[in-house]
Amino acid sequence: MALNSKIPAGPLDQKWEKYKSTCKLVNPANKRQIEIIVVGTGLAGASAAASLGEMGYKVKAFCFQDSPRRAHSIAAQGGINAAKNYQNDGDSTYRLFYDTIKGGDYRAREGNVHRLAEVSANIIDQCVAQGVPFAREYGGLLSNRSFGGTQVQRTFYAAGQTGQQLLIGAYQGLERQVALGTVTQYSRHEMLEVVTIDGKARGIIARNLVTGELERHFGHAVLLCTGGYGNVFYLSTNAMGSNVTAAWKAHKKGAFFGNPCFTQIHPTCIPVSGDHQSKLTLMSESLRNDGRIWVPKKQGDNRKPTEIPEEERDYYLERRYPAFGNLVPRDVASRAAKERCDAGYGVGSSKMAVYLDFASAIERYGKVEANKQGKHDASKAEIIKMGKEVVKEKYGNLFDMYAKITGENPYEVPMRIYPAVHYTMGGLWVDYELMTTVPNLYALGEANFSDHGANRLGASALMQGLADGYFVIPYTLGNSMADEIRTKAIPTDHPAFVAAEKEVADRINRLMSIKGTESVESFHKRLGKIMWDKCGMGRNAEGLRQAITEIQQLRKEFWSNVRIPGEITGYNPELDKAGRVADFLELGELMCIDALDRNESCGGHFREESQTEDGEALRDDEKYMYVAAWEYKGESQFELHKEELKYEVVHPSARSYK
Amino acid sequence: MNLNLKVWRQKNNKSQGHFETFKVKDISSEMSFLEMFDVLNEQLVSEGKEPIAFDHDCREGICGMCSMHINGRAHGPWNETTTCQLHMREYKDGDTIVVEPWRAEAFPVIKDLVVDRTSFDRIIAAGGYVSVNTGNAVDANALPIEKQRADESFAAASCIGCGACVAACPNASAMLFVSAKVSHLALLPQGEPERKVRAVNMVRQMDTEGFGSCTNIGACEAECPKGISLENIARLNREYIGAVFSGSAQG
Repeated sequence: MALNSKIPAGPLDQKWEKYKSTCKLVNPANKRQIEIIVVGTGLAGASAAASLGEMGYKVKAFCFQDSPRRAHSIAAQGGINAAKNYQNDGDSTYRLFYDTIKGGDYRAREGNVHRLAEVSANIIDQCVAQGVPFAREYGGLLSNRSFGGTQVQRTFYAAGQTGQQLLIGAYQGLERQVALGTVTQYSRHEMLEVVTIDGKARGIIARNLVTGELERHFGHAVLLCTGGYGNVFYLSTNAMGSNVTAAWKAHKKGAFFGNPCFTQIHPTCIPVSGDHQSKLTLMSESLRNDGRIWVPKKQGDNRKPTEIPEEERDYYLERRYPAFGNLVPRDVASRAAKERCDAGYGVGSSKMAVYLDFASAIERYGKVEANKQGKHDASKAEIIKMGKEVVKEKYGNLFDMYAKITGENPYEVPMRIYPAVHYTMGGLWVDYELMTTVPNLYALGEANFSDHGANRLGASALMQGLADGYFVIPYTLGNSMADEIRTKAIPTDHPAFVAAEKEVADRINRLMSIKGTESVESFHKRLGKIMWDKCGMGRNAEGLRQAITEIQQLRKEFWSNVRIPGEITGYNPELDKAGRVADFLELGELMCIDALDRNESCGGHFREESQTEDGEALRDDEKYMYVAAWEYKGESQFELHKEELKYEVVHPSARSYK
Repeated sequence: MNLNLKVWRQKNNKSQGHFETFKVKDISSEMSFLEMFDVLNEQLVSEGKEPIAFDHDCREGICGMCSMHINGRAHGPWNETTTCQLHMREYKDGDTIVVEPWRAEAFPVIKDLVVDRTSFDRIIAAGGYVSVNTGNAVDANALPIEKQRADESFAAASCIGCGACVAACPNASAMLFVSAKVSHLALLPQGEPERKVRAVNMVRQMDTEGFGSCTNIGACEAECPKGISLENIARLNREYIGAVFSGSAQG
């Protein structure tokens, strides 16, 4: 099967305009007859469900949490990018497009990324109109800050709770549609199968997590907005429930999986404190606007950070990357931290951490504040006090979070941070219309692979989720639904629904009948360790081959020895988790296969065999300038399809932040 | 450290619940409270028993899913902290900790410590939004908003909808939750056109769901993990009375 990305012809900056003015439309009366299933209610899902409901489609929105507002988009901290150029610092649609392509290390599609940059400004307008309380300046206008991989200030934010505010905006829009009757909400429901009829997605099998009952739901189209799969590593910044199940079921029903090995390791997270650790907590990239990252110049230096004088500190990002300094992209910052720790310069009791220090920012802000207040003879203590107030206003909730977790006061001592799994650029392969290789099955937001290439820039996940949901799918869905206006709702006693439900029920019965001795949690931890050690920040052929064998072995063990207490009926979180871990055990293998196939380094994918003399990622454009789209062919069998990436506007070069 | 736990067990919303006592050993002070529960649940699974069901997701204090009533306090002893952010350095060897679900008629128990909070969704659906369809917006900087007002609105909007306010209130009132949403939107020009119907409809839905009345006790504010202020309740009362007396709020 040849992949067709359906990128419209014509100049890059006119593709989307042209698409919008030529795509097919569905008239209002027909929209009311068309049923759409939206799985997942994060930024992509909630914005899509609300917008499609407003347009008149009959929408069903599913989430496994107790409310759509809990989706993990809520935890995004730092901000959302938009090419507004409110700061008059030279930003433009083209620059946002260019930064994103470059940040992704030339492994994303130009057409998709340009569209993302084009609609970015509309997102901010839409959110402000909904009452999203973005940060503002004293003049009453919106405030911006910088994120990694850019030299402009284009990030809009609401303290360190930007994801929360954006999601609540979309959620409120969704609830408004629920009240109006255009959207029906199914909380504590998990999608466990895609139903296909005549090759098209026509519904889902969902499990009511409270009663344990399986339900059949018809839809003319199914939208998967189910987020990323970082939890395959067990420890990540993802929420505990985040999983790959919906995307993986779709994959096994024929949807190709794009670039599964592209994982983002975020440089600034609170380090692991022990074996009990259940998840890792991010400290927003926005902190790198003001925090300076350093380690001692001496190996194994055990002095307290405050006792180490300025000249004995190595601000290694500023030293290695003077042009971008502490604001290099995430993949670069993460590898640099690992390099210092591996070389013996790490800090803290585990020695697997570096410092993120706010002392100089506190002093700088304090001086500005003193000047503002006309206190030109303020003492150093007064300046520090005022500076702390400013830092508190900018990052207060993050500092509080750090203090609660570590018991240390980051206003006084530098934070200790280390990289952790945060986001997955890979996901279901989609074309320009966000449709997967299964007709009428779409993937939006982090669940698809499309816009971030091999590394996502900070504050771009929120942008992509809302772009897909508010501004892309409302057009592209119509283009195929226009051909469905004569398709009547298919009754759910259709044999395809019956068969799909039986498949799901059989699998659940099989899981429950194993009655082994090892917990689901234990298997998940073991899988996570294999993935982190061999398919994490550094990867090599030998390790990946070992990982594949180990995962296959672990999967066998799981299916013969997992212990799931409780019953199939009623609320049973252990059973829910078992199903998700079973899917991670299949996905993990595909990630390693993909990482093994891609014998180059690009973005977050670092093959140790492919690096420059000074340890930077070394791409191989001759051989690997493609999207790896994997087709499921049976257990441990995947066929690679390549979508060649053509750069018409940007000329790929070695990415340099020096 | 070793701890004694008294935890509420309840099979479903039709059965009677009861306390069950457990012992957990070798708990590290660096663990979070929920990681201590993970240890207990692993122990129960290894004994072939059903683990304790509890709600949790982000484990960083923002999703609002975790909801434990610990030693008589919603989210436990730390101020402005969710259950998931409470850490075990608070406790010492030999302590007994009592853990219950949120208790309120409008939050029926699903199982053990898990309750049904869909009543909050229905309150939002009754009016907690600005009626603006996708694509209707003007430029984001077309309307300057005084910084202080925007900050106040943000403070109210930081509510995570966890329901601790309801659990803490002797009347199981949802006034802090409702007032936070009403304030968030009433303070912004975008929320202005619907502010009257919003206040009236959200309060009506709150009453329909079976939440109690507010008698100005203030336990909600004391236990709120996000520090939502009682001033919001005062504002809601003003909004509501203004709407009712103006006669223009036929929601």
